Amino acid sequence: MRGDAGHPYRIRFAKRGPVRFISHRDVARAFERAFRIAELPLAFSSGFSPHPKVSFGPALAVGYESDAEYLDVELTRPMPADDLVAAVTAGLPEGMAVTGITHLADRAPSLQEEISSLGYRVTVGGTTPEALAAAVEAFRSAPEIRVPVSRKGVQSVDDIRPSVLAIAVAGPDVLDVEVATRPRTLRVADVVTGLRTMSAEAASLEELRVLRTRQWIERGGARCEPLDVDRRSDAPEGAARALEACA
Amino acid sequence: MSDLWPRLEPLLARVEKPARYIGMERGSRRPEHGPDRVAWLLLYPDAYEVGLPNQGLQILYEILNERPDAVAERAYAPWVDLEAELRAHGLPLFSVDTHRPASDFDLLAFNLSAELVATNLLNCIDLAGVPVRAAERGAHHPLVVAGGHCTYNPEPLADFVDAFVIGDGEEVISEITEVVGAWKRSGRGNREGVLRELATVPGVYVPSLYEVEYDGPRLVAITPRYPDVPAVVDKRTVADLADWPYPKEQLVPLIEVVHDRLNVELFRGCTRGCRFCQAGMITRPVRERPLEQARTMVADGLRRSGYDEVALTSLSSADFSGIEGLVGGIVDDQAGTGGVSLSLPSLRVDAFTVGVASRIQEVRRTGLTFAPEAGTWRMRQVINKLVSEEDLYSAVDAAYSQGWRRVKLYFLIGLPTETDADTLGIAELARNVVAIGKQYTKGASATASVGGFVPKPHTPFQWFGQNSVEELRRKVSLLRDDLRRGNAKLRWHDPEASFAEGILSRGDRRIGAVVERVWRAGGTFQEWSERFDLGRWLDAMAAEGLDPDWYVTRHRTADEPLPWDHIAAGLHRDFLWNDWQAALAEHGLPDCRWTPCYDCGVCTGYALEHVVASPVPPAGGSQGTGQVLGDQAAVPVRFLQRQVSRAR
Repeated sequence: MRGDAGHPYRIRFAKRGPVRFISHRDVARAFERAFRIAELPLAFSSGFSPHPKVSFGPALAVGYESDAEYLDVELTRPMPADDLVAAVTAGLPEGMAVTGITHLADRAPSLQEEISSLGYRVTVGGTTPEALAAAVEAFRSAPEIRVPVSRKGVQSVDDIRPSVLAIAVAGPDVLDVEVATRPRTLRVADVVTGLRTMSAEAASLEELRVLRTRQWIERGGARCEPLDVDRRSDAPEGAARALEACA
Repeated sequence: MSDLWPRLEPLLARVEKPARYIGMERGSRRPEHGPDRVAWLLLYPDAYEVGLPNQGLQILYEILNERPDAVAERAYAPWVDLEAELRAHGLPLFSVDTHRPASDFDLLAFNLSAELVATNLLNCIDLAGVPVRAAERGAHHPLVVAGGHCTYNPEPLADFVDAFVIGDGEEVISEITEVVGAWKRSGRGNREGVLRELATVPGVYVPSLYEVEYDGPRLVAITPRYPDVPAVVDKRTVADLADWPYPKEQLVPLIEVVHDRLNVELFRGCTRGCRFCQAGMITRPVRERPLEQARTMVADGLRRSGYDEVALTSLSSADFSGIEGLVGGIVDDQAGTGGVSLSLPSLRVDAFTVGVASRIQEVRRTGLTFAPEAGTWRMRQVINKLVSEEDLYSAVDAAYSQGWRRVKLYFLIGLPTETDADTLGIAELARNVVAIGKQYTKGASATASVGGFVPKPHTPFQWFGQNSVEELRRKVSLLRDDLRRGNAKLRWHDPEASFAEGILSRGDRRIGAVVERVWRAGGTFQEWSERFDLGRWLDAMAAEGLDPDWYVTRHRTADEPLPWDHIAAGLHRDFLWNDWQAALAEHGLPDCRWTPCYDCGVCTGYALEHVVASPVPPAGGSQGTGQVLGDQAAVPVRFLQRQVSRAR
């Protein structure tokens, strides 16, 4: 939990190109190094081995690209947003860049608690544009779609349909999908497995390339960009959290 | 320009740790190739996470890329999953920097830091699309060269490597670049011509230019086939590390690797004279980096890498003559940066003082490792690791009193003249160390890590017959049983792996066929316990009609020609033999950095001298021999005059 004295910032970043092959953990280490290279005034946890107060949103699978990754970092004093964007990007690996930043209100809820859905653009192969369109249509109208899923080595058969909030064809071999993070985050691979059950022509569908396009936070029934919620108000201390217009 | 990336990329989605193959580390280069530039592919023949941190490879990578007539890229052994994909798709080994096929380079330059990577060397050559045997290569194939400590006995790999480089690489790579550049400009004709030319470069050994003569199992001689080929190849040595502040931009990997931290080399060489230690023998004399240069390299390196840990590396870092001042300077430089941890690998217990301990603990602490190497004073006199029990206990006391909780202790088993009492002394020491720690903290722990001793070329123990697998196993179980009492933990190296290392360590050219058989049978990544199989090695020895015990467990005789007699580290054979006899008589030898020269042959033979950062010896500089060292004026050592900005 954040202390009142600190200055939490929410950073949005992209991960594109070959760097998509590094893991969530590697991304965290890359940021810790970039922060030190930028000589940011990081706030540290107390304890035997102090570490910078940094927390990330939902993990991105190794090999997936993203235009919408987020992290929160706490500084000991405020810094101009533009300086932060440039300084941090300069220390990141090629293909990773900071694309937005917000000075958060104190005690804003964490990304892990708040992110409610994830948008992906999925390039697929193994089928025709017509079969793909038909499979997506069938998927949308199906009341339930049961696919075998594996969680921590335990196999079960789940109905994934309620977790797919939106699915649409965006090109001859491209899909846009939005999946819920609750009760648990649905994997893109499970959506593709579900699509394969829609028709014989779709049975050989395969996921070729995945780009995470958006993450959303739900507030009052609306989907919000994570940089637009919980902004620090310029009002005096004790002012309520500013709730920005949501999508 | 042939970039394999578009064809590799889809394969990477199917393999473990795909980021091993993407390059893009901070500090990496994408050099522009051209007909007027010699293209080096620097290969570490093991997995990326083991090879990336290798400092030797990174130093050469920078030096070559600074040259207008050279480019250097890097490659590592693809893990078995990617290897299978590459072979299935007809793709070759590639560089991680620009994903160029290995065969597009003029030289494949291997780093050989461990014996068991031998089969990976063959696999990498094969994956490059190059014949594994040097004799089968043509003018259009890259030259296969190798450097690193294992090249001090190059014979087991002599059939596969066109040229070995013995010793420090900083200078000789430029000379090789010039020879290969001339060959390239002349249209890369006759391969033997360029090899003959390379053989005239000091420090370069071209095995195909030597005749090997046997008498039954015995080696008789290795002699040059031409008059212009040297009968003995001497190692290369850079005289002053101050001239080589490399790596300037240490690579910062995107995934976790071993030694994942900034590494700054404090000095090269060691004169403690531990008789089991090949590195200490072959890298003489001591060349310390100037204190201020080391301090600047640490500060700059941390700033540009973003690392929060730095290791001060050498064969015995606490022996650096300016260690207390340097540690203090680093601590002062890092004040207010939010925590950097400092580690001193390879600590000598007699040089680790409360002063150093207290400065290190001002920054963040990492685990502490000491290497007493043997469990009894008698045994330590044999190996010339003259550390007293009192020294060990006071170092450990200093560490625990300054807040460390975990101490790791390194030992060797299977040393010459070792008795069970010596072996059990290891357990005794470890238990006593834990007891000292318990006085300071309830959570104190100590781990004794034991490895089976493998005798190495160019050391006084090169004549010693290694312990058999069974004998090493028996000693491990002695320790395991004994350490059921007390709180010390035990870890040990696989005795079977030590046996295979023994085959390669002192093998002759006939072992090449064994290496090839093990490789053909699928024996790659032999440094990895889950992939290692001694059975393959023994089968290959049997198939070649070679007796493993003749190579591994047999004591050598004084008059016997050794397979590395034509490779010189500068040490007189007489010195090594006399030191071997002194070992058997349990006589120690002092550290010649601070006491009179006993003429091992290196300084006198190569006109070199020790270079020290401070004229005052560090704590423990007397090497435990009881000699009293006076003030600095009385230290009988000469100091090399440092030249300001030496031209290169």
